[in-house]
Amino acid sequence: MSVASWLLWGFVGTVILTTIMAGSQTLGLTRMNIPYLLGTMFTANRDRAKVIGVGMHLVLGSLFALLYAAAFHAWGAAGWWRGALIGLVHSAFVLVVGMPIMPGIHPRMASEYQGPTATRQLEPPGPLALHYGVQTPVSVVLAHVVYGAVLGGFYRLA
Amino acid sequence: MQEASIRDYAIIGDCRSAALVSRFGSIDWLCWPRFDSSSLFAALLDPIRGGRWSIAPAEPFRSQRRYLPNTNVLETAFETDTGTIRIVDAIPIASEEQTFRLLLPEHEVVRLVVCTRGEVEVETHFEPRPGYAMKRFALRDRGKLGFWVDMGSKCIIFRSDAALSIHADSIAGRQRLRGGEALRFSMSFSSDAPAPLPPLDPWVRDSIERSGAWWEQWIGRAKYEGRHRDAVLRSALLLKLLTYAPSGAIVAAPTTSLPERLGGPLNWDYRYCWLRDASFTARALFGLGYAEEASALVGWLIHTTRLTRPELRTLYDVFGNSPKPERVLPHLRGYRDSRPVRVGNAAQCQIQLDVYGEVIEASVRFIRAGGSFDSETAALLKDLGVYICKHWKDPDNGIWEPRGIRLPHTHSRLLCWVGLDGLLELHWKGHLRRAPLELFKQTRDAIRREIELHSWNDRLQSYVRIPETEELDSSLLALALYGFEAPSSPRMRSTFDRIRERLGADDWLFYRNRALAAEGDGAFGICSFWAAHYLAQGGGPLSEARDLFEAMLGLANDVGLFAEEIDPRSGCPLGNFPQGFTHVGLINAALSLHEREQGVSVTDDRASRSDAALEIRG
Repeated sequence: MSVASWLLWGFVGTVILTTIMAGSQTLGLTRMNIPYLLGTMFTANRDRAKVIGVGMHLVLGSLFALLYAAAFHAWGAAGWWRGALIGLVHSAFVLVVGMPIMPGIHPRMASEYQGPTATRQLEPPGPLALHYGVQTPVSVVLAHVVYGAVLGGFYRLA
Repeated sequence: MQEASIRDYAIIGDCRSAALVSRFGSIDWLCWPRFDSSSLFAALLDPIRGGRWSIAPAEPFRSQRRYLPNTNVLETAFETDTGTIRIVDAIPIASEEQTFRLLLPEHEVVRLVVCTRGEVEVETHFEPRPGYAMKRFALRDRGKLGFWVDMGSKCIIFRSDAALSIHADSIAGRQRLRGGEALRFSMSFSSDAPAPLPPLDPWVRDSIERSGAWWEQWIGRAKYEGRHRDAVLRSALLLKLLTYAPSGAIVAAPTTSLPERLGGPLNWDYRYCWLRDASFTARALFGLGYAEEASALVGWLIHTTRLTRPELRTLYDVFGNSPKPERVLPHLRGYRDSRPVRVGNAAQCQIQLDVYGEVIEASVRFIRAGGSFDSETAALLKDLGVYICKHWKDPDNGIWEPRGIRLPHTHSRLLCWVGLDGLLELHWKGHLRRAPLELFKQTRDAIRREIELHSWNDRLQSYVRIPETEELDSSLLALALYGFEAPSSPRMRSTFDRIRERLGADDWLFYRNRALAAEGDGAFGICSFWAAHYLAQGGGPLSEARDLFEAMLGLANDVGLFAEEIDPRSGCPLGNFPQGFTHVGLINAALSLHEREQGVSVTDDRASRSDAALEIRG
């Protein structure tokens, strides 16, 4: 496995993914702010949470790239469409499994059923993160497919 | 639903946005997320279509209100035959330390309803109408997470412990409250998900207390100890509320299209920052001891003017950009049928030569207060001086911004003189090197000669608005306020007498001028405060200054707020409300009165310039 290729393209792919998600918010497709969502696990301060969240997202994105690289090796080939396919599966997992269990993971997130409490005050994402805007799934899928395509297109197996 | 008039409103805000709350318990104006954003509630401009959020007794009531002492937190008491409720309204604001500790909504309005006597049936109507009542939205009930007004990329979250339900595109409900019982309401704005949803109890009460403490701490820094302290501090609180905290800019007013003449077309958008107001605002803030806010304002001016240097626009948005072009909203009927409703302001394309002097004079006040400039700022100010030297003879639209007419205004030339005089002072104090001093000095003296020769009318024994005419204007009082003429000089005294004779609407109120006045126009609040300021500076007896000032205070509404104008016939406010510049005039007049009474100077008005002028004129 090429560690340098994984680190480089994992990082580049995550930067592009983060930019697409932020751009989707700026363009009004979604309210979801991934850095804020992640950063509020550690701090209540809005500005600081976003900074922490960006750092977390870059690290997590690079780690996820390891799974993509493992899949490419198992396949015996990379390529942009293979990466995009894994990205599609990845985004489906995030939306269908990851988002609904967020209230169980995030220490500040309220539950849909119990409502807000003194310690859990953040709006839960709901199924497919639709609470954050009806077009949220579109931007999540798009961002992950591009992330996978970049990884697949540039990752070198040897 | 009772239709409120301008005087029935009070303002709440968080130094980013503001809401107008009527004495009938209705929030009839709110633009989010900032002052010049589109409206969420605009019943002020169209009671049917505009949208509102009202909470009030279902039965007939009498209401009385006040700001909680030294805050911008509003308390309204509603008395009915069966009981009394008290509603406390605030747009919460928090200290820096609190923003680190608490999950705060991006913007929020909180309302706390407490029954203090008997039993009262409380009725709530929440009618959001985003985008000046033009934007489509979906209203959803998310159970324990509240009601959501989904506008695509942004949403409004409306929560309460009252029993409420959706009725078409509104939310409504009634609930009977008994003595000691309370209802809590929160409406927050979210463009970032996940949105914070703090539990209403004790969040609403805590937010009100936090905001009250923040305002109290801020106003506690005021150094004013003169008479009418409450009115002066209320004005200071309003100025702070109208300050856009992230940039330091101050918007002229939080509203658009409140008419200068009822039923007329003089309806303008004031949710922007006018350079014209700069130096008097800086004087007011420095005079009250708010050096930090005054410096932020000067910083904003310098930053903003860099973008278009050396030419200046008349107005900018809170970040120093040009506002979007002016447009009409034909679907809104306007306040009391005063059409059209406009958003944006075409005055941004006007030429107003006075703004150059205003920016320089505000910078001079910053230096007098102990500030300093970098070399780039000094170069910018020098460029403004060179621009003045090239253009001071040009006709312009003038301080009152009439559309389509450019004339050589005495007031604009005065401010050109003020600008050059200020630059010479800056040079004398070592803040402006490598400037064309001889050019500045010669032009300054040429402007003085021009005003003294051609803007003075011998027959009238008065300065005049336009050289070689007989037109008067209240802005001529600025000749004394900026130190061009001594307030007690014979020329200034007789000019004041003529203004009073010809522009006085009654004993206390002044029209700006006759050329722009028409049937139904109001008198300008700032003109009366200029007059009080002028008298206090030595233009007349102290008692006369005090009488005028106190008479004006009597024309504020019940919570101490002024609009731009006052109808001399009814005493009712007209124009955008509340207007920062009128309150700047109030503060400056009060500061001058206090100086005269105490024989001390807190505003550092003319002394420094006189020294500099003597040195240079030497």
